[in-house]
Amino acid sequence: MYQFNYARPKSLAEAEALLAKADDPKLLAGGQTLIPTLKQRLAMPSDLIDIGGLKELDFIRAEGNAVMIGAATKHATVAQSPDVKKHNPALAALAEGIGDPAVRHMGTIGGSIANNDPASDYPAACLALDAKIHTTKRLIEADEFFKGMFETALEDGEIVKEITFPHPEKAAYMKFPNPASRYAMVGVFVSKGPWGIRVAVTGAGQDGVFRVKEMEDALAKSWSPDAVASIKIPAKGLNADLHGTAEYRAHLITVMAKRAVAAAG
Amino acid sequence: MPVVAMTVNGKPASADVEARTLLVHFIREHLGLTGTHVGCDTSQCGACVVHVDGRAVKSCAILAVQAEGADIVTVEGLAKNGELHPVQQAFREHHGLQCGFCTPGMIMTAVDLIRRKPNLDEKTVREELEGNICRCTGYHNIVKAILAASQAMR
Ligand SMILES: Cc1cc2nc3c(=O)[nH]c(=O)nc-3n(C[C@H](O)[C@H](O)[C@H](O)COP(=O)(O)OP(=O)(O)OC[C@H]3O[C@@H](n4cnc5c(N)ncnc54)[C@H](O)[C@@H]3O)c2cc1C
Ligand code: FES
Ligand code: FES
Repeated sequence: MYQFNYARPKSLAEAEALLAKADDPKLLAGGQTLIPTLKQRLAMPSDLIDIGGLKELDFIRAEGNAVMIGAATKHATVAQSPDVKKHNPALAALAEGIGDPAVRHMGTIGGSIANNDPASDYPAACLALDAKIHTTKRLIEADEFFKGMFETALEDGEIVKEITFPHPEKAAYMKFPNPASRYAMVGVFVSKGPWGIRVAVTGAGQDGVFRVKEMEDALAKSWSPDAVASIKIPAKGLNADLHGTAEYRAHLITVMAKRAVAAAG
Repeated sequence: MPVVAMTVNGKPASADVEARTLLVHFIREHLGLTGTHVGCDTSQCGACVVHVDGRAVKSCAILAVQAEGADIVTVEGLAKNGELHPVQQAFREHHGLQCGFCTPGMIMTAVDLIRRKPNLDEKTVREELEGNICRCTGYHNIVKAILAASQAMR
């Protein structure tokens, strides 16, 4: 790792002030992505602003028809939360399936979506559940937030504060994990709720998470695994790497979508 | 250089470290507690697992300064008054190790697991060992040892 200064602000306001002041700062939350990146010398921030322990950002609240999750809430906390399990069991199950227990004890939902790894799980949940992402500057709809591989709508100095998940009527996430890393080779989140029907795919797209309109339309006509079973996804624009070809991933999308609809019931 | 202070195995520990010092290096090099191992240094193997405020964490993926003020337990902190912890005892009885390199991380992961999920079955143990790699045992005896320990600790 290159040298850097480290600060642990006591409040979000202090974190914002530190971000504004430093040369080339970076936020540190759980560090499960950032620390390995620094170790490989792929980043050289002047300052790390550690918001991982900010109590202000570590909460889960069920209010009205939604669950609000603070950005610094750990994956393990989301997985165990009675509120999330009750109102959004698919989201709790997704959190329980991230990486391994040690990663879930450190990694945060805010860090995961800000990082927007094309094989990460939470972006699929945000997109499929019409989540609202509250930052220190504004409210961003999930549809507008994920901009491409490791890219988001976040601007310099903008901090994710909270993610609001409206309750779904039906939802399920099915992931085909890479056997070594547990990241998604392909993960499909299907949902039905006030927003209509959504199908979001992670792990497969070269530009990160995306929705599949054809599957959404088919499920609107008939909510059943059969409705998506014959929909073929073109391999163009999908990831190909040593773990699988684009054609393989295209095939997996249909298989995972079918299983997700079956699991959602 | 920042001074970090934390509690390690019940005792206060502090040192001047660079901000980029990993917790595992603080533990091994500054405190001389070499039971915690570095297997991969890339977050994959779990040989470096310690408890930070009661939760299993990979100490190669957290800075020492992030653990400022925390309560840390390493494998050296498990035995009490010369008596092995029930999980250590079970690994010994069930031959849950061969070379022993992965063992500190396996044991710290298992202690955390049994605390979170006292009623374990084999499938759960295997799933929960996702982040711990062993190149010797083939895992069977590790799983047996953890199941036996969870029984003994009930
Ligand atoms: C072995 C292993 C397996 C994994 N498996 C999976 C998996 O199966 N699925 C999966 O989805 N992920 C997986 N991950 C990634 C894990 O979920 C990370 O925790 C997550 O991607 C990043 O969260 P973090 O809190 O650790 O963020 P950090 O590493 O601290 O930060 C990541 C990035 O987000 C920025 N950031 C952090 N918080 C905020 C905020 N509030 N506002 C704005 N920017 C912010 C940081 O500046 C940094 O650029 C795995 C990681 C490891 C090491
Ligand atoms: S050394 Fe930390 S996970 Fe391998
Ligand atoms: S006993 Fe040798 S690596 Fe596990």
